[in-house]
Formats: sequence, C-alpha cells, structure tokens
Amino acid sequence: MVENRPILTLVSHLVLIFGVVLVALPIWITFVAATHDAVRMTQAPIPLLPGTHFLENLKATLFGSGLSSAEAAPVWRMLLNSLAMALMIAFGKIVISLLSAFAIVYFKFPFRMGFFWLIFITLMLPVEVRILPTFEVVANLGMLNSYWGLTVPLIASATATFMFRQVFLTIPDEMLESARIDGAGPMRFFIDILVPLSRTNIAALFVILFIYGWNQYLWPLLITTDNDMTTIVMSIKQMLEAAEQSPQWNIIMMTALLAMIPPVFVVIAMQKLFVQGLTETDK
Amino acid sequence: MLKRVHFPSSALPFLLVAPQIIITLVFFIWPAAQAIYQSFLIEDAFGLSTEFVWFENFQILFQDKQYLATFWRTLFFSAAVAILSMSIALILAAFADRVVRGATAYRTLMIWPYAVAPVLAGALWVFMFNPTLGIFPFLLDMVGLDWNHYLKGSHAMMLVIFAAAWKQIAYNFLFYLAAMQSIPRSVIEAAAIDGAGPVRRFKDLIFPLISPTTFFLLVINAVYAFFDTFGIIHAVTQGGPANSTTILVYKVFNDGFVGLDLGGSAAQSVILMFLVITMTVVQFRYVERKVEY
Repeated sequence: MVENRPILTLVSHLVLIFGVVLVALPIWITFVAATHDAVRMTQAPIPLLPGTHFLENLKATLFGSGLSSAEAAPVWRMLLNSLAMALMIAFGKIVISLLSAFAIVYFKFPFRMGFFWLIFITLMLPVEVRILPTFEVVANLGMLNSYWGLTVPLIASATATFMFRQVFLTIPDEMLESARIDGAGPMRFFIDILVPLSRTNIAALFVILFIYGWNQYLWPLLITTDNDMTTIVMSIKQMLEAAEQSPQWNIIMMTALLAMIPPVFVVIAMQKLFVQGLTETDK
Repeated sequence: MLKRVHFPSSALPFLLVAPQIIITLVFFIWPAAQAIYQSFLIEDAFGLSTEFVWFENFQILFQDKQYLATFWRTLFFSAAVAILSMSIALILAAFADRVVRGATAYRTLMIWPYAVAPVLAGALWVFMFNPTLGIFPFLLDMVGLDWNHYLKGSHAMMLVIFAAAWKQIAYNFLFYLAAMQSIPRSVIEAAAIDGAGPVRRFKDLIFPLISPTTFFLLVINAVYAFFDTFGIIHAVTQGGPANSTTILVYKVFNDGFVGLDLGGSAAQSVILMFLVITMTVVQFRYVERKVEY
C-alpha cells in the first residue's frame, strides 16, 4: 500500500464484497433452489435461504430419472459421460501437442514449417464456423453417438502445441547433448527428460483443458442423438424446455449444481495452476 | 524455432506430428474447404441438383435485411458484453489491487464463474429472471416494471448480455489484477510522493499503463461474445422473441441444422471465418508488441 487511508480501504473492501456477492448470487440462488421441494419452488417469490431437502433432491436427481420425462438418461450416467469426454479431450490434446511440439522443436525434417502453419490455422477455425461440414465428416466416419466422435475432432490444439514449443525452447541444449552422450535415443530423451521437465505446464494446461472439455455444448449437441450419450451440460437445456410444462426447478437447479461442481472444484483446488494455465495459453 | 542441437531427419518426426496433422486435416481443413466450396453452390428446393453460382449466396446474404440486422445485433451484443464485464472487472481489480489483506481471498471468490459452462450461466440467469418465479422480476415489479423476456426483445437481449458478461467477469478480473500487480510499486509511490491521490493515480498512471491488457481483453471478449455464447442464447432465448437475440453463430446453426439451407449457411460460415481470422491476426500483432514500461 502506498499511503494509509483507512476510509478508502474500507470502501475497497465494501466494493469487493459487493463484487463477490454479484458474482456469487446466481450460484447461491441455484444452491438454494436445490435445497427446497418442488412445491415451494413454484411459489413466488422464491426463497433466498436454504431449505432442508438437499439430500432428497440429490438422490432424486442422481438416481431417479431426473425430470419425469422417461427417455432421458439418468443423471449419474450423464456425469460419467461428461467426465469421460473432459478427460479424453484433456489427455488427447496434451499428448498430441507434446508429440508435435517435440517433433517441431527437436527434429530437422522436410515440411517442418508447413506442419507448423497447418497447426496454427486451426486457431482460426473454431467449431462454430464449420459446424455443418464437420458434422458431415463425423457422420461419414460413423462416429456419431460415440466417445470418439465427441472427443477426437476437438483434440487438435494449436495453443497447446505453441505452449509446449515455448517450454521446449527454454530447455538448455546441454540437456540434449548430455543425453546423447549417455546414449539416449529421441524417445528416451522425450519421455525421461522433456516430459518430466514440463510437468507443471502439463498440469496447468490440464486444468484449463478439463474445464474446456467439460463445458463443451454445441459439439455434443450435434454429435449425440442417443440419450445414453448425453452430457450433463447438454441436459440442462432439455430440462429448461421441459420446465415449461412441469417446472421442477429444484431438480433442474440440482442438476445445474452437479454440472458445475467438477470444473469449479478444479479451478478452486488448483487455483495457482489454473491462473498459470490461463495466462500461458492465451498470451 | 529449431534447436541448435537437434536430431537428424528420419521417419520419427513424421510419426510424431501425424496424429495432430491427421486430425487437423480431417476435422479442420477439409470441413473448412467444404464450407468454402458449398458457399458457392445453390441447391434447388428438392435437393436434387446443385448449381455453381460463384458469389450469389454472399450477395443474397448482404441483401438480406435479416442477415444484416443479425450482423449489427452481434456487434452490439459483443460490445455490450465486453464493456459491461470489462468495466466491472476493472473496478473490482482496481480495488483488489489496493487491498493488502485478503487480496487472494477475493481473487478465489471471484474467479470461479470462469468454470461455469455458458449454457449453465444461461440457465442460472433465466431462472433468476423467470417472469413468474424469478427474484429479479419480483423486485422489478415493486418499482412498476413488468419483466418478460419471453415477449419483449429488449428484455431478452439484456438477459443474454447479463449472463454472458457475468461469466466473463472472472477472466477479465484475473488479467486486470495481474496487469496492475505487475506495475512496479516504485512508479506508483513516486506519483504518490508527487501528490497524486488514488483517483488521479488510477486515471493518469495505472489505466494508461495497463492499456495493452485492455486491448488484449477487448479482442478476447469479442471472440468470446461472437463464438462462445451460443450456449447462452440457445438455453435462454433460442434467438427469440422474433429473432431479437439471434447472433451470427446462432444463425449459422439455425439455418444449417433447422432450416437446412446449405449454401446460405456455408456462406455465413465463410464470413465468420474471415471474422475469426481478422481477430486472431489482431490478437497476434498485439502479442508481438509486448508491454514496455
């Protein structure tokens, strides 16, 4: 602090507390809604303090059919799908980006820069701008309604490749020289030296990519028609639609809560890695 | 780029880049090329024959009042989201930078909406603003305002802007706070010794010094509002009422998957590609000129 101004410090805290309330309010209301029974949630104004039905709602949401529409998959199944999708995307992106960054930084081979630019271009082609043709490709490959279709088209990653490239460039050349003197081949060098040296970067990237994968919406919406493949994030939209007929807001908000707990937990538990990952991948 | 000490060429590097390159070609380059190709085609009403029409699809789009309206609406939406969430984040970061005790605690409490999926953010806000149950319509009703985003386009637009901006506050806050904390304390102390009060220091010193961050965030927020808000729109308003919240990405999806207008949807995709490329180039040019104090 530069100077001592108690009043300004007080104001600072008040503004920040207001900010925290503003940021947290939607989540608080969601939590509160998930702790009341369905009847209470149909009476306006809705409560602002938690009720006593939390465990009941949790059980009904996880193991009941969620909302009474019979075709939907159970919520635990959707959570599992989301988890599988998020993990496959995160691992897939990290592995293929590590490998290609390794090739581009440590090998001299024809078309090296060509490959680099090809990977760079993917930055400019988010799913949203090539929805229909990408869907057709996946459909022609018979990958609709499968984990492969959900994840493989998303795991090419220019940002991750760039990040690992930067990391590898900071590793001193002497590392490779001494590894070679000791008789290590390229893959040995990669597995025993490069990967361990970049493990905090890998962890930071994993946090970001897990959230990215978990929160995918448009892509699973296109690829999955089978209820067994629905992800938890997708299911919210179907529930909101169903809510127009039978508003079971307690169940809907419980599902929303379950859908946001894993990524939010990851952010809070691994805050340092998260901040590092965010600033590294975007800059 | 290449290490001074490196391995000689062999089949190995090709094998190493192969997974990335194959996925890129199959799921990125090929579909993008398809989109460009299809944007030059018009299919007849029965889907029996297609005709190569050069730029007719684009001409149709640029003469289509609805498309132009969507275009301007998207710009308005992006600007509103960026300005709203960046200014809230800037104010909060400025105060958090001042606070010595508890700055990290505030950061922890402020950053986690980043992890909430856009569609969930939409669901939370649509619940809070539900005309019959929501807490805000209840409060607004007391001051005589009748909130109904199902009927009023302006209300629907405000709601999606709120939801989109709320989710982005965390991200902007994090970058603003990091930028402010990287300003050397000596500069700020020198200004304080010269008699500049907190407001003056913020206005004449801190804000200009973090302007590169502001610019960077402007680009990031624009990209976010253009492309990542699909979930919010889809969950909250489905582009309605009467298209009042249809933005470009939503229209591509809707015309392609619901309307099945392949050529038109492809032409829209191509326009979006140009927009992303422009934004990416702007972003990378910025990265090259790093902040200098």
